[in-house]
Amino acid sequence: MNALKSLSFVLAASLWAPAAVGSDAPQGLSLKDHVFTPSIIHVRANEPTIISLTNKDDTAEEFDSTALKVEKVVASGSTGNIRLRPLAPGRYPFVGEYHSGTAQGVVIAE
Amino acid sequence: MLASLLIVFREVIEAGLIVGIVLAATTSVSRRGLWISLGIAAGVVGACVVAGFAGELAALFEGSGQELFNAAILLVAVIMLTWHNVWMAGHGKRMALEMRHVGSEVAAGRRSLIALAIVVGVAVLREGSEVVLFLYGIAAQGGASSGMMLMGGALGLAAGAGVSALLYYGLLSIPAHRLFAVTAWLITLLAAGMAAQAVLFLQQAGYFEVLTSTVWDTSWLLPESGIVGRLLHTLVGYSDAPNGAQLVVYVGTLVTIYLLMKIVNGRKPLTTAVSGSAA
Repeated sequence: MNALKSLSFVLAASLWAPAAVGSDAPQGLSLKDHVFTPSIIHVRANEPTIISLTNKDDTAEEFDSTALKVEKVVASGSTGNIRLRPLAPGRYPFVGEYHSGTAQGVVIAE
Repeated sequence: MLASLLIVFREVIEAGLIVGIVLAATTSVSRRGLWISLGIAAGVVGACVVAGFAGELAALFEGSGQELFNAAILLVAVIMLTWHNVWMAGHGKRMALEMRHVGSEVAAGRRSLIALAIVVGVAVLREGSEVVLFLYGIAAQGGASSGMMLMGGALGLAAGAGVSALLYYGLLSIPAHRLFAVTAWLITLLAAGMAAQAVLFLQQAGYFEVLTSTVWDTSWLLPESGIVGRLLHTLVGYSDAPNGAQLVVYVGTLVTIYLLMKIVNGRKPLTTAVSGSAA
């Protein structure tokens, strides 16, 4: 664990720092009772975006979208930033993988 | 129940296919069972630890700890797979041909086994931590449905292991002299796919943001979310919408491993192996 931690540290240090992403603030998204709010997120097409997901449930959830190429675990009670690549105009569905029956949403790039 | 079956099945199959390939690639190496079991066991323990500290891990590096962790363990796996393939290019063919003469090679074989045990360990670690988080969530909720959900998880585990076993026995039906070439290719493709996946994780963490635009989109033809797309993603690194950096790294990894194997193979022609007395 420690070795892996220091390895990822070296990895992080050896690469350049995160690029500043747009001027826009992260889009807020929250999860409560395994439901995303808002369930529709509008982003500008062809620009990178950050979605800031706050998990208000008492279990961990994985933000999962094959369309967006994102898998991100957000622990209970914490907030995680999800970076979206510049998207072509269109609809990109996402789910909370552990409760995909209720935790559903869509990113609309336009 | 079906949902939890599918989730666990998917994660198990991703780790299981890697275990199957590793097992097939080491059929001629003694004591492989021990090392690969150790790798699986370490992966399971690691998965529980990672799941337990998921929140802390994610909070590292300005909220990108999870992505960097995933990228790091994938890159470790790529290096280990490369090492194994290059080593096998030098020794493997000889070992397969002269099983009785492997005595002196056992020490070197063990080093390659350790590398592959690490690959197995990190594969189980990565996929397993998601299963642990998921099942823990179900167990924590309690109630009547959780028993069914856990049952689904158990069935998913069995089904994933079954498919992995099918791959393994399928590979074993390949004649021994060709098995080496086939597994070498499988491992090369596996490593390239992992390297491309690592690039994606780095980009999600905000690093390595070059050539990020999508090169093609075949999600209408073969979606990565489907079973076939998933299998191809795990085995050869298929992506239905890869970006430029991923492609460059994918091809770069393929070429690097191929060239390294060529160089090592060329340096040790079979004739010296057979005469042997020169040493």
